[in-house]
Amino acid sequence: MSGLAHGAEAASHRSRGMTVAGYVAMVLVLLVVAVPLFWIVITSLKERQDIYVRPAQWFPQPGTTANYHDVTTRIPFLDYFRNSLVITLVLSASKIVLGVISAYALSLLRFPGRGLVFLVVIAALMVPNQITVISNYALVAQLGWRNTFQGIIVPLAGVAFGTFLMRNQFLSLPGEIIEAARLDGAGPLKLLWRVVLPMSWPTLVAFSLITVVNEWNEYLWPFLMSDDERTAPLPVGLTLLQNNDGVTNWGPVMAGTVLAMLPVLVLFLVLQRQMIKGLTAGAVKS
Amino acid sequence: MATVYFDAATRRYTKDGPPAVDAVTLDIDDGEFLVLVGPSGCGKSTTLRMLAGLEPVDDGRILVDGHDQKGVRPRDRDIAMVFQSYALYPNMTAAQNMAFALDNSGVPKAETRSRVEEAARILELGDLLDRKPGQLSGGQRQRVAMGRAIVRQPKVFCMDEPLSNLDAKLRVSTRSQIAGLQRRLGVTTVYVTHDQVEAMTMGHRVAVLRDGRLQQVASPEELYDRPVNTFVAAFIGSPAITLVEAPVREGRADVHGVPVALDREVAAGAGDRVVVGLRPESWRLVGADEPDALELTVELVEALGSESFVYGRRPGAGEGDDERVTIKTEKRAGVEVGETVRVRPVDGEAHVFDAASGERLAG
Repeated sequence: MSGLAHGAEAASHRSRGMTVAGYVAMVLVLLVVAVPLFWIVITSLKERQDIYVRPAQWFPQPGTTANYHDVTTRIPFLDYFRNSLVITLVLSASKIVLGVISAYALSLLRFPGRGLVFLVVIAALMVPNQITVISNYALVAQLGWRNTFQGIIVPLAGVAFGTFLMRNQFLSLPGEIIEAARLDGAGPLKLLWRVVLPMSWPTLVAFSLITVVNEWNEYLWPFLMSDDERTAPLPVGLTLLQNNDGVTNWGPVMAGTVLAMLPVLVLFLVLQRQMIKGLTAGAVKS
Repeated sequence: MATVYFDAATRRYTKDGPPAVDAVTLDIDDGEFLVLVGPSGCGKSTTLRMLAGLEPVDDGRILVDGHDQKGVRPRDRDIAMVFQSYALYPNMTAAQNMAFALDNSGVPKAETRSRVEEAARILELGDLLDRKPGQLSGGQRQRVAMGRAIVRQPKVFCMDEPLSNLDAKLRVSTRSQIAGLQRRLGVTTVYVTHDQVEAMTMGHRVAVLRDGRLQQVASPEELYDRPVNTFVAAFIGSPAITLVEAPVREGRADVHGVPVALDREVAAGAGDRVVVGLRPESWRLVGADEPDALELTVELVEALGSESFVYGRRPGAGEGDDERVTIKTEKRAGVEVGETVRVRPVDGEAHVFDAASGERLAG
């Protein structure tokens, strides 16, 4: 009896130890992620001379919103914002649609050479973007697409990652449900829309979120493709802001960064709920 | 409603290996309830899936109402299937699950609704129509899966072990519900199971498969009374039949020293050895003074209430299951484990099979 009690006590000690370790790990991760973010936010609220002082100021004294005013007036912030929206929306939409459709074909339709096609897609995933930049640039410039949206969007619209992710998701669905839908007379599109996608909701949301964040933050290619506010997205615009002064004034840059982060942050908060909802719906399925 | 005809239908998963379904020829009448039964891996599910169009037919043909189904897509076959896992759409309510096929084929909304309500009434699903599968119990999901098949009013029902995920009690009640429903609707039904009780109680006829080959198609009674070979004899009946290889002398088989008289034509067809099959109820306990009885040491007594099964072994017999003799006795056997009992086969109830091929000898 006492042995049992000892064992239980030891177990509770152990689990308390694990809990503490878990919290410590969480705090560490939080610091690593949150301190730079915090620094961006407070820098955006500091006056220019306070940014460089030592020891560092952890709270802006006095606080100012002048940097936000600066960033929205000194560069055509709204133009860059609009460009970012256009590029992100069009690119994300085409990547999601292409990814889902190609994954559907590669997982649920039978045709000769299916394995080979998938292999080629995977191979595309292995090639770093930077390698294709030069040839893409030559091609797009030759087409006269510099400083156009299609010049930025078309070369980025390939979707090896989405195809890979969604294909594996579709393959993990119970085959009998797909067969049931086929027997119930669902055509390919209906099968995808009414049966396959609803069951793949969490993966689709995750894929969409990753895609949107990636496209919003896309830097190298738009930077090469566009020179000014006609087509350049926000990250490129912020660079222009940096170069306008002889010495970089970090206050407006940080303010611009905060403004650029906000839409993605909001989107994440909204979709996160969806992701969790989807996950539990899947768990009780069978 | 339709007739179904398997004409030497064959399915090969690999080019060189043995076929999963080997030249199955089977004629199913309009409105018939046919049960496909066999041990796991015998090809019964594959046979069903070939009929539904989910597996190709590599050789032979499958005809529905006289039309070859080759190249006909599953959705165009007008066959409804109930899957072992039910395969309900988790994102749709019970009502939407049932209505899905009708929506797809363009049935007017009003008719869809009335058909779904009718099916829900038959299956007592009225209160559950707005729930999603995740909020239903196993038995309720099973009924939604049945409902999804019923509302289509298809030519053929295919059912792939629809009861195997239910608990024992629910299985018994659902068994009779399905059989009753099929009688009422009169839809040709092919039902796959590995459960011989389902096979014996539900179907008009039972088809026994082994290694992709059809062994026997017959009514449950015929299957039990006249199995065509030792496999069918051993597969049908619970507890299993006792099979004993016996030498034949002067028109009698010598079952462990007990003579079993053979019919004249059976004796004529038999070589010098046969396999004698005796079901548990074909033995009776006899007293110590009766001649020609088999002595057994009792290993196990299963008292089921209404009857008892006594499992015994000859003194000096091997350990294998095939050396064990099963006897059905009255309610209270009055037999203890370890005791020695004397038993004799009931005259005229022995099944006799060829020792080499295992085929039933005429008679």
